[in-house]
Amino acid sequence: MANWQWFHRLGSPKWLLGKLDRWTPWLLFAGLLLFGAASVWGLAFVPPDYKQGNSFRIIYIHVPFAVVSLAAYYAMAIAGAVGLIWRMKVADMAMRSIAPVGAAFTALALVTGAIWGKPTWGAYWVWQDARLTSMLVLFFLYMGVLALYDAYRERSSGSRAAALVALVGTVNVPIIYKSVDWWSSLHQPASIKFTEASTIDAQMLQPLLLAIVGCYLLFAALVIAQLRVQIVLGENRSQWLGDHAVNRTA
Amino acid sequence: MHPVRRQRLMIVVMIVVGASLAAVLIGMALKENLNLFYEPVRVAAGEAPLGRKIRVGGMVVKDSVVRDTETLQVSFVLTDYSANVLVTYQGILPDLFAEEAGAVTTGVLGEDGVFRAEQVLAKHDEKYMPPEVAKAIEGKHPPDGAAGSY
Repeated sequence: MANWQWFHRLGSPKWLLGKLDRWTPWLLFAGLLLFGAASVWGLAFVPPDYKQGNSFRIIYIHVPFAVVSLAAYYAMAIAGAVGLIWRMKVADMAMRSIAPVGAAFTALALVTGAIWGKPTWGAYWVWQDARLTSMLVLFFLYMGVLALYDAYRERSSGSRAAALVALVGTVNVPIIYKSVDWWSSLHQPASIKFTEASTIDAQMLQPLLLAIVGCYLLFAALVIAQLRVQIVLGENRSQWLGDHAVNRTA
Repeated sequence: MHPVRRQRLMIVVMIVVGASLAAVLIGMALKENLNLFYEPVRVAAGEAPLGRKIRVGGMVVKDSVVRDTETLQVSFVLTDYSANVLVTYQGILPDLFAEEAGAVTTGVLGEDGVFRAEQVLAKHDEKYMPPEVAKAIEGKHPPDGAAGSY
């Protein structure tokens, strides 16, 4: 049973908080560095698009935040499921930590998309569009999880209700991803393709991939910062937490 | 795995499977209503309702854009490479509106088969490249490949 040791250790808020304190600055630094470098590269050094001119450059913010907000939803739902099945406090805390960051990233993807839509399509927003609407639903799902987890007197009841919403909402993620292929939509299909050649020029693609990696790191750093808060909130009656705080200030 | 946990795992799996099943059924029931616009082939087949506000989208046919010299009146033909729809519109077209590029129009289909648009949106495709690259490949490829890329 030695293989499960990491899982049990991960379930210990005390062990985890000690690790997270050390990881946070590094992740934040790496995320800001990569995302910043990719933004400068994409905004200043990449040639303009043959049709859209300079307005295409919002891709370096829009796409990374959209990609990460979808992956984050799965991460949140998996954390919720682990919390439901193993009654693991740290998993519930992870779910609670991902929700606000995922909601913020989704909002950024929606807003940057609208800003790009006006000069490109001629409209900020088009109702009934499958991609736009399903992305808005993702934002509401994040808000639902956020609203539910503190809606109960018992912390564990809130976690359970939020985890259920998170799990049911997972059906929306593949819908968002495939919406542009399944239905006619104003939003274009994906340019980065896995099974054939991408339809975005390599010069433009390289900073985009860097921005996506940077965005993942930034997401991890923000979630971990949240997770530390959640551990303190969840364990505020524990003896070890007081000792931990004393050790850190000493 | 502990039997209680196994049971909880089954419940979680059932929630996800049940929700997916519900989504598939809703999707099948709504099917056409989830499309943003009617393709010209469906307009030609008479599937698009007359006299009601709908959206029609497709590729703008080359050399089909006719602008009035006095007013903002403009007309163009939308195609999905199987059928065509003539669209009339009064107003300013978006910057990225172009021939051989996608467009989505909102308006009313008349009994004469002419679509009177109130709004014209340009649909951007998934191709991103610098101007020099676009110039270099110009003429080497058929315009934007196969049907369906609008």
